[in-house]
Formats: sequence, structure tokens, C-alpha cells
Amino acid sequence: MSKDIKIKDHITLFNDERFSEMFDRKRELYENAATKEEVAKTLEWTLGEEYKDLNFKREHLVINPLKSCQPLGALYAAIGIDDTMPYVHGSQGCAAYFRSHFCRHFKEPFPAVSDSMTEDAAVFGGHNNMYVGLDNVYKLYKPGMVAICTSCMSEVIGDDLNNFVKNAKEQGKIPADFPTAYAHTPSFVGSHINGYDNMMLSLVSQIGEKTGEVKDRINVILGFDTYIGNFREIKRILGLFGVDYILISDPSYNLDSPTDGHYKMFNGGTKLEDLKDAPNSKATLLLQKYSTAKTREYMEKEWGHPVKVVNPFGIKGSDDLMMAIAELTGKEIPTEIENERGRFIDAIGDSYFWVHGKSFSLNADPDYAIGLTRFVMELGGDIKHVLLTNGSKDWEAEIKGILAEYPQGKDAEVYANKDMWHFRSLLATDPSDFIIGNTFAKYLMRDTGIPLIRIGFPLFDRQFLHRYPTIGYMGGLNLLNWIVNTILDETDRKTMYTTSYDVIR
Amino acid sequence: MGKLRQIAFYGKGGIGKSTTSQNTISALAEMGKKIMIVGCDPKADSTRLILHSKAQATIMELAAEKGSVEDLELDEVLKEGFLGVKCVESGGPEPGVGCAGRGVITAINFLEEEGAYEDELDFVSYDVLGDVVCGGFAMPIREGKAQEIYIVASGEMMAMYAANNISKGILKYANSGGVRLAGLICNERKTDREDELISELARRINTQRIHFVPRDNVVQHAELRRMTVIEYDSKCKQADEYRALANKINDNKMFNIPTPLTMDELEGLLMEFGIIQEDDAEVGKAKNA
Repeated sequence: MSKDIKIKDHITLFNDERFSEMFDRKRELYENAATKEEVAKTLEWTLGEEYKDLNFKREHLVINPLKSCQPLGALYAAIGIDDTMPYVHGSQGCAAYFRSHFCRHFKEPFPAVSDSMTEDAAVFGGHNNMYVGLDNVYKLYKPGMVAICTSCMSEVIGDDLNNFVKNAKEQGKIPADFPTAYAHTPSFVGSHINGYDNMMLSLVSQIGEKTGEVKDRINVILGFDTYIGNFREIKRILGLFGVDYILISDPSYNLDSPTDGHYKMFNGGTKLEDLKDAPNSKATLLLQKYSTAKTREYMEKEWGHPVKVVNPFGIKGSDDLMMAIAELTGKEIPTEIENERGRFIDAIGDSYFWVHGKSFSLNADPDYAIGLTRFVMELGGDIKHVLLTNGSKDWEAEIKGILAEYPQGKDAEVYANKDMWHFRSLLATDPSDFIIGNTFAKYLMRDTGIPLIRIGFPLFDRQFLHRYPTIGYMGGLNLLNWIVNTILDETDRKTMYTTSYDVIR
Repeated sequence: MGKLRQIAFYGKGGIGKSTTSQNTISALAEMGKKIMIVGCDPKADSTRLILHSKAQATIMELAAEKGSVEDLELDEVLKEGFLGVKCVESGGPEPGVGCAGRGVITAINFLEEEGAYEDELDFVSYDVLGDVVCGGFAMPIREGKAQEIYIVASGEMMAMYAANNISKGILKYANSGGVRLAGLICNERKTDREDELISELARRINTQRIHFVPRDNVVQHAELRRMTVIEYDSKCKQADEYRALANKINDNKMFNIPTPLTMDELEGLLMEFGIIQEDDAEVGKAKNA
């Protein structure tokens, strides 16, 4: 019986005559569409110079920006704390969107709650939603802490979290000593990296307790880094150094949990007592700069201990990372790590001639953009366009400085606040050999024919990439793998019916 | 320099908040105090007497022009006026559209992030629109912002109603933060037993009638020239009234959690002073009925 059932999947199903006829009929009868020829002609025009000039004159319209909103970043910072429920003070749709966004990237459930603000809350204020919400979360899910962020609606009506949380405790909705961190994260200001920063600042400032004692230990914060492998990699590196550390926000358990037949809503991360004790470490190491700006300012001012920022990508970045750990802790760089560096350099040497002279265009978050740009140049690749939506003036100045240090950066163009539709014009009129970007750049690959190397966030359409590290020498090896082997795949595709279609590359 | 004191002026629309606050601040500046005014009213008229200008370019106006508040620099919106008083206006939308409250939140966040408060200041003074109509207008009394609230009132029923309402707003935030009611300023409207009435209201909501500012036309003469009385006619009697108020604010130690009245209690007070009729039979009855 079963062999009689033929299942057509999504890929072939819509090529059926039945469907193509239906689409044509629909187009003809109901869509009032332009002719296929006219559509093709217009699309062709949008790939030209004339259209590019018009496109860059755009002022009041953004098409496919490369950013998410603040609460998304705030939830990501919160999920890395053990036994903590991320909480959105806003409507259900917001929380649902963040959860599905993470779910599609990590292929894991992402616990988060909202207090379901509706029209009456918009009029009367969201305090009652928060009182009931906190009461419910505390009783239903029994977390050890709640980390609250805001959304568009609660920000526009001016809800004050400090006031609401104190009142909730006074009214006994949650116990007075129940740890609660809260951050204002207006969705319409900045991007997800600012939301991450705001929540991180709230976590360290509202939960941290400075005692005056200084412990022989460092804090490490990765920033808005969605490569789960990086959390494991930094722990491995610090382990090799033999350093005592607190990794502040570590989602590597929650967002990459083993399948053992049991679902745990709260599944590891930074221990609450460690978060509390973090101000008493002797130094803090930050692996991103633009997603931790406010947090860094606070730590330097209030904790008064050295705070060091590195961008741990590629050779120089990984060297900086290892030297920063050595400097902050006084430990020697372990031989094992020196060997890893040697292997990494060896691998780069082996593949140098494949990357050298190829050109790359990138889009990413600010810190990743800097790291990847420098690494591509270390590999001998030329940088053509670097385009971000959430770049700042400081970021622009920094990356231009780095591009000026390498001959591979001399023709690069930098755009700090443009969108994917601008990027499309750039790639169509001044193409590079490869694009480095997230899943959404696949549309640019389709429109321009330029192959995409998937690095960044979100990555919805490939499996497991986020499980690998990208930082340090071993992470660099993964980046190299993705870059070089895409180049080789492309070489095979291009030479398939020529004498250059070779088994040895 | 002592500790930075953050104060705010609230009160019913048209009561004379901006006039009173700018005159008082000029008097404080005369005493050598370093002050910043943060206007929190879309009308942006909280600084015109200090700056002698029609209306200052506001944070929200410039942000809209430039595309985003992140593109603004502090010195584009922070102006110095009479006696070095620093002035900034949050600004906001045209009447009938948008959300003025969010403008206040955005503006104050911008000032904090740009370090406007880090200067050597003795006072920051917020001048806030008529009533605490939404969460945005409570921004100046959130934790870490204004700790002392002065309510400008007069003997008219609606002004007292507004003063009572504002103290309800303060009470909401007083338990979770440091905001306190610091006094009622009676701005004379020449209603019956005005000073007595405001003093009694002050007592009942657990504060003081900090000063009685008499009505004087010199205030209007100065306003026509976009000046404070302190600057326009520094020797006149009215200027001394503002100086007296400035001194009282400077020396003020009475910062209380308010005890707002219920509607019945407020009406009772007004009846005692003969502002409204006691007899229910008169209510809703037309003159010739």
C-alpha cells in the first residue's frame, strides 16, 4: 500500500502543470499585473547605474534593513543567565516574533514570556499587566530570576520599569528579595546590539554586588555573538590558560541542549551567584565593542577595574585575544595555543593562493564586520564593499583605519547606515567575486549571481553553522574553511566542462 | 559646588509655570548658581525669557530634520542665555498628532547620554506641560531625575484640581524613588481668600505654601520684551518677590510624600472657602429657572 503513495515535496510540487496553470490564471484574472516582459525589463533596469544613483538618493524609505530591534538583543543577553526567564513588557506578538526568530536560527526552543499588553494597557499604563505577569511567571515557571525588557508600546506610553518592579515587590507579586533585572529597550531606537548592551548593563549593575574584595579572576563578555561554538571555545581557551573566570551570559546550554528525552526550560548558563560576584573580579575582557559600549563605560566607572576590548577574529584578532588574557591574568600563553596558531598559519598558507586576489563584499553587525574584513585581508582577499545598517560614526572611522593598513583595503567602500536594497545596487554595478553575509543575502546572490558565504546572524537556511566557533585560531580555521571551500566549489562549478575541472586543488 | 539638585515645575496649563520658573531661575542665577533648564513641553516656551528668542530649536525638531536623535550633537540644542543659564527644549509634535510624551523621554535620554548633566551644575530645572497626562510627562520624576517638585497654583478651582492630580502622580513614584513634593507656589489670580486657600490645600496634601507671588503688570511688560523681570527691571518690587522665592527654594528642606485629596475632600475644602455652593439644591440650576 505504502509504495503507492507518492509524496511530492515543496521543491517539485509547484512545478506541476496544475499549479502553473493556476498561477497563470490568477495572474491574468485577478492580479492586474504588468506583463512578464515588462517586469523583466524593469528588473534589469534596477540593476543598472542609473537606478543605483536614484537608489542612493532615497531618504525616507528603508528596504530590508540589516538589523533587528532592541528587545531581541536584550532577550539574548538574558537567556545566557542560569535559571532566568526573559520577559517582554509588551504585547504577545513581540515576544512571539523574537522567539521564532531565534528558533529558526538555533533550531532550539527559546523560552520567553510577555505580559500581553493590549489596548486598555496602552490607555491606562502597563503596570497592572506587569503585576499579574510577574505573579504568573513566578508561580508557573518558578525561575530564579526574571530579566525584563520593553517593547515599542510600553516605551511610547512611558512605562517606568523601576517603579513597576518596586511596586510589584511591595504588593507581594514577587518576593522582595527576588532577583529582577530590567532594561528599557525601545524597539524604534538603535538595533539589537544596543538592546543587548542595555540588558547587559542592567544585569551587571542591578544584580552585581561590589564588596571591595578583589578576586584573582576575570570576567568575560562575548557581546551579541550567536555562534554557540564561541562560548565553548573561549571556555576551552581560558581552561588551557588555567584562568579563573566568569563568563557573563553563556547561552551555550540553553540554545544547544542535548536530546535526552527531557525538556528543561532553564538549562544552564552564568550562575546567579557568579553574576552577583562579577564586580569583584580583577578585570573584564570584552570580545565585542559596539554591542557593549554602555556596559563598558559603567564597569570602568563603577567597578574601577581594567576593562579590555579585543576583536578576536583572524590572526591579529586572535593574537590580541591571547595577549589580552595573558596581560590581564599574568599567565603565560600555553604551548597548546601556540601550536594552534602554527596550524592556523599553516592552513592559511596552504590556501593563500586561492583567496589572494579574490574580492569580497560584506554585511554583518559592526564587530563582526571589522573582524571579518581584517581576516579576509589577512588571507589576501580584496575588500570591495562593507555595508551595515547599524554602523555608527565611530565604527566607520575604525574600519576605515583598518582598511588603510592593508593594500587589500585600498579600493574598499564603507557604508555605515544603508540597507540591502542599496547593497543590491552596489553588487550589480560594481560586483565582487563573493558576498559574505547572513541568510538574507541569498536574495542578492539570486539577483546578481555572486556566490554567498554564510557568516553572521541570522542563518535560517543552513544547519549547524552556529555550532562552530569563529573566534580564536580554531574559530579562524572554520572561517577559513567556509571561505576557501566556497571558492573551490565555485571554481568547480565554473570549470565543470573545461580541462581545468581537476581533482587536485 | 554642592550636590546637583534636580527640581521640576508642574501646574495647570496657563497658570504661569514658565514665567514663574524662568523668573525664579534668573534669581537663582543672580545668586551665583549654575543652572540648566530642560523644557518638557511641545510648545517649547520654557526658555524664551532667558534666551530672548521666540522659540529655541528643540531636540525633537532637530532630530526629525536630521533623521535620528543619534545624529544630534549636544551643542546644537544646548544654548546659554541670561546669566549663563543653560537652556534646552525637548520639543514635540504639532497639536493633534504624534506623541509628545515620547518626545520628553527621548530628549531626557539624549541629554543623559550626551553628558549634559555632568557639567558643574547646581540645579537642573524641568518645566513640564500642564498635567501629568501620560507616562512620558512623568519622565522628569522617575528615579534619578527631579527630586523636588514645585506646583504652581492659584485660587481657581481647576488650578487646585490640577495641583491635587499632580500630587497623585508624585505619590505613584514617591514610594519607588526619591521624588518629593517640595511646595505649592501661589501665583496670584486675585480670587477670594486665595493665599489662605492655597495654604490650607498645601497643609492638607502634606506640603507648604512656599511663596505667594503677587500679580504685577511688570511681568507682562517684561514678557513682551522676551525677558524676565529680574533682567528687565531688576529693582522693581516684583523682582524681589522672585528673589524671595528663589531664596526659599535654595534653603528648602521640606520634601514630603504628598497625601492627595479625594474628589469629595477637595470639594469640601472649596465649600469651606465658599468657592462652590454647599447646597445640593442649587447644583445644575440655571439662573432664571
